[in-house]
Amino acid sequence: MPHYYDPAHLAKFGTIAEGNKELADKFFDWYGAVFKEGALSEREKALIALAVAHAVQCPYCIDAYSKTCLEKGADLDQMTEAVHVAAAIRGGASLVHGVQMLEHVQKAGM
Amino acid sequence: MGAPIELAVLEEVASPASGPKGTKSLRARGSTLAPAEEQLRVLDALPLAKGDFDAALAACGWREFRPAPLEILQINVGRLCNMTCRHCHVDAGPDRIAENMDRETIDLCLAALDRTTAHTVDITGGAPELNPHFRYLVDQCVSRGKHVIDRCNLTILLVPRYADLPAWFAERGVEVVCSLPHCRKRNTDSQRGNGTFEKSIEALRRLNAAGYGHGDLRRRLTLMANPVGAFLAAPQAAMEREWKADLARNHGVTFDRLIALNNMPISRFLEWLLESGNLQEYMERLTNLFNPAAVAGLMCRNTLSVSWDGTLHDCDFNQMLDIPVATPAGGSAHIRDFDPLVLQVRRIQTRRHCFGCTAGAGSSCGGATA
Repeated sequence: MPHYYDPAHLAKFGTIAEGNKELADKFFDWYGAVFKEGALSEREKALIALAVAHAVQCPYCIDAYSKTCLEKGADLDQMTEAVHVAAAIRGGASLVHGVQMLEHVQKAGM
Repeated sequence: MGAPIELAVLEEVASPASGPKGTKSLRARGSTLAPAEEQLRVLDALPLAKGDFDAALAACGWREFRPAPLEILQINVGRLCNMTCRHCHVDAGPDRIAENMDRETIDLCLAALDRTTAHTVDITGGAPELNPHFRYLVDQCVSRGKHVIDRCNLTILLVPRYADLPAWFAERGVEVVCSLPHCRKRNTDSQRGNGTFEKSIEALRRLNAAGYGHGDLRRRLTLMANPVGAFLAAPQAAMEREWKADLARNHGVTFDRLIALNNMPISRFLEWLLESGNLQEYMERLTNLFNPAAVAGLMCRNTLSVSWDGTLHDCDFNQMLDIPVATPAGGSAHIRDFDPLVLQVRRIQTRRHCFGCTAGAGSSCGGATA
């Protein structure tokens, strides 16, 4: 394999069924159901997916949900805000550990 | 030669103040894409595994593609416009001063209308309000008891000469179908020119003040949304809910319904697809998403489209591609020779651009079709 993260792999996602069709079918059925319109709209779910894609840094998901967000009627302003939400949670998740550090220092220090 | 337009009107539509101009018409730029046959050639030359529209129709049972009963006469009164949006399928603009329907052709349309079952007259352009016979046409249709639609670019309503139109429409029960690509500024301005969004919101406020957009069926305000880019229209019902909330919250504007259309790969949108490197992928997407359930409700089945010079077409897109209705033994496709019985059994003319109307939820001048 010449490099990791081949864009062609996204379209081949379904071939994951080759090793275990039953589990793949369960996953894809569930996945499809998750993104159906419900208490949240398809657009809102696509924006959440886009944010999570950035949090888990999945290039396949970023491509897929950039496209889906546009097709569900979101615009760049909304998509950028979603990415900032992901970034803020990631940054906040690091920073809030600082309280653990602080308490350690307060206990161990004089 | 079409109806002469007053010089003052021509100067007004050419001015930036009358409406944003995102580009110039293909015609004005002398683009190689300006002639319809070149647009068709570009589409036909694309390698597409599923690119045969008639085969796609036949595969879902439409071996002969013929109309349903006629419901709508769509009259394109001209290509003159105070805007030059980047996606315009008409290649309209302030330079299109020759192609505007004259009074004689308008009277031929009315005579034809009287011989049909059509309950609706859908008036489009360009900016149809710029045609000197526009108000005459509306009044004649209203007096015949027809439902009249004005396809409005919104910004024209802020030009002083046309500022009385919201009230004038309201008195006559005209439905106003307004182009607004997105409920937010960025996308609208990027497609239709800087400043469009603010002008559009102001025009919507004036329509609201004239009684439009408050649930009164005689003053129906419809927004027509189309994607700003190489992707399909969003789901219409969800978009309507979200836009209603967004426009009310952020701008205090209300409307009655939203219809969503896909962009056709012709004219200025075709140019953009080519220049941005999106054409192949967009056409693959349209052909892959061919939806058999979208076919029966296509506008070409319940609408006839008349061009400024009186030629009849199956739809406004065919009109822009110079594809007239098929007539037996090469007979006339002009409205002066209008024969409802012959037209009712015609074969609808299709080419690759038709995949734009059958993709996803389907797309026509009335919105989604599936």
